[in-house]
Amino acid sequence: MLSRVANSLYWMSRYIERAENIARIVDVNLQLLLDLRNLDEERLAKHWLPIILTTGDEAQFFALHKKATAQNVTEFLVFQLANPNSITSSICQARENARMVRDQITIELWEELNRLYWFVRTPESRHVWQESPSEFFQQIKSSSLLIIGLSYTTLIRNEGWWFAQAGKYIERADKSSRILDLRYTTLPAKGLPETVSETDALEWSAILRSCSGWDAYKTLHGAEVSPRLVAEFLLLSEDFPRSVRFCVDELNLALRRISGVSEGKFCNDAEKLSGRLVAEM
Amino acid sequence: MATKTKTLPPACMLKGYDPEVFFDEMLTAGGETRPHYHRFHELFQSVTQPDFEHKRQSVDLAFLRQGITFNVYGDAAGAEKIFPFDLLPRIIPAKEWEYLERGLVQRITALNLFLHDLYHEQKILKDGVIPPFYVLSGKHFRREFVNFNVPRDIYIHVCGTDLIRDDKGNYLVLEDNGRCPSGVSYVLENRRTMKRTFPQMFESVGVRPVEDYPRELLRMLQYIAPAGVAYPRVVLLTPGAYNSAYFEHTYLARQMGIEIVEGRDLVMRDSRIFMRTTKGLQPVHVIYRRLDDDFLDPTVFRRDSMLGVPGLVNAYRAGNVSLANSIGTGIADDKVMYYFVPKMIKYYLDQEPIIPNVPTYLANEEADRKYILDNLEKLVVKAANESGGYGMLIGPKATAAEIEEFRKKVIAEPRNYIAQPTISLSRHPTHVADGLFEGRHIDLRPYIIYGEKIIIVPGGLTRVALRKGSLVVNSSQGGGSKDTWVLYGDE
Repeated sequence: MLSRVANSLYWMSRYIERAENIARIVDVNLQLLLDLRNLDEERLAKHWLPIILTTGDEAQFFALHKKATAQNVTEFLVFQLANPNSITSSICQARENARMVRDQITIELWEELNRLYWFVRTPESRHVWQESPSEFFQQIKSSSLLIIGLSYTTLIRNEGWWFAQAGKYIERADKSSRILDLRYTTLPAKGLPETVSETDALEWSAILRSCSGWDAYKTLHGAEVSPRLVAEFLLLSEDFPRSVRFCVDELNLALRRISGVSEGKFCNDAEKLSGRLVAEM
Repeated sequence: MATKTKTLPPACMLKGYDPEVFFDEMLTAGGETRPHYHRFHELFQSVTQPDFEHKRQSVDLAFLRQGITFNVYGDAAGAEKIFPFDLLPRIIPAKEWEYLERGLVQRITALNLFLHDLYHEQKILKDGVIPPFYVLSGKHFRREFVNFNVPRDIYIHVCGTDLIRDDKGNYLVLEDNGRCPSGVSYVLENRRTMKRTFPQMFESVGVRPVEDYPRELLRMLQYIAPAGVAYPRVVLLTPGAYNSAYFEHTYLARQMGIEIVEGRDLVMRDSRIFMRTTKGLQPVHVIYRRLDDDFLDPTVFRRDSMLGVPGLVNAYRAGNVSLANSIGTGIADDKVMYYFVPKMIKYYLDQEPIIPNVPTYLANEEADRKYILDNLEKLVVKAANESGGYGMLIGPKATAAEIEEFRKKVIAEPRNYIAQPTISLSRHPTHVADGLFEGRHIDLRPYIIYGEKIIIVPGGLTRVALRKGSLVVNSSQGGGSKDTWVLYGDE
């Protein structure tokens, strides 16, 4: 496989994952606001600012906007092409990479990604957004999930597949850990509280929903939301496909499938680092 | 469907269609349907206007969804357009196609003999058939390759010859595209689309398939592999995702099951070409390049080319890698050389050209130049080395200022201009809006593959000038395309 092709497959799948994750984060937070009361401007800023910090784009954000208002933040995260990590930018990047390797992916996968691209590139998406943001996110999420599903069911499991897997899981591990980081700042310096206020509970469950982990968490721990359990679940669960540990394991597997080197040994820096991550987890 | 046809009068879709004074592909001057359109016309009558509109919209949407688009140069980033597609197919009866096939085989044979001669003994120049000046001043003549033997002695492996029909319906060759002709992916995709849209028509009309093209192309590429390579690796070299024909490049590579590479993926070592893969360097034996000579190798041609492979020409000369098309075929695309093709056919094959040229005047010849300058408002003037509908004057449609501009150009650089009478291209019923059909001018580009045998896929790309009255069919200038049906029979 051409190195350039491997590179494009990696980024294609990483950007798809990114678009879906950002869609979930913004969606969940918009819905969360509906449940919170007494929101003044300051509290709103407090709510939105961490989301920008989570995506790691605060410098970029403040270069474009003065204040972290709901409108600015959502515009920045959803539509703004000047933000290289916005949903629209991510989808454009994913498609651009797919275009470079059009011969390596299936028609089904390409058509869906292309459809999603034209959806965000045409005024239609703005209309949907203005009518109902959650409907908009639903479209982004289901299309991204369809693309991920199509890759599972149509792509041949060659080297390129494992590059795509590596891209997807590194992005997912990154996003899950950042989502968790959202509430980290609100925690006391040492030790985790066992009981939480109603508002906090809402926010912690929002975190779970941002990672599509609400149902899985409930199955394991019941409806009681405890920050310690949430953190453990999102970081260390072996079975939840969005936990950092799960993603790091998958990343490690993908890297080893690419190089053919067995567990415990490494032949390049990427493997060395991912092996260390697995050990630390 | 059956109930709908009862409620609507038959033939409503093409009712009131007027072929006017032009040669119409579908209707005779008297308004009769030509025999080879009979069966199509019959079936088309059962399509109602809402049906048609629905089909048209779903086809456009499908093209966009599949990313069958071309990039528009000089437009904002991300500007992609679909190549407009007209649902009415252009139909060619078997006997007419058989004639075209003979003509095209004759022409490509002569062109290959000419290129071989030009890059070896140059007999045709020495015998005074073509004045040497025209060749030596040709922008695309590669004197570095004189006495170089190309694999299997084939120069033009893939050719897209543009054919037109005049007001009497006679076929004429408009130009030979012997460098990197594009458009064949539209031939294949248009057909796929038509099959999905009108499946019942294909059963009863009897249309020859075109799906074989990628296989024939691959076979040819394998045939020209360097001697002694048992399993040649064939790749397609693209200028990259921003090239206007990028869709076609990926499409063909996928259909052939070969790797699509960019210049930066290839590297020359010891006069051999390798591609950079995740498992190290892998040898490459045949390159189907969709890149002009100028950009192939910055160490030999244009130094500023970022698209090529340094050292490629070196490997090519050493015989370790084959190129399709060969380097130096551009001279045959020179519109001044076009003038001499009938003479080449006579000289090399001792035959009369089967499909004639459009009468052509060379601005560099004293008498012709005088005629051109006196008749600019009647003629089509073309720059010798431009394509895509650029660098062209259509006298009857030009403003006085445009004519004066070309007068200056022709006088300044007579070698680089030719002129032709304005041909009234044949027309074809074409959907213009809301179920209304009007005649639009069309041309035809069949694709010829020259490998072990010469193979022409039945049909080709029918391009249509969608603007009313326009004679320019290029996609960059508001052209669209139609599916081209070559019939098994004559009716």
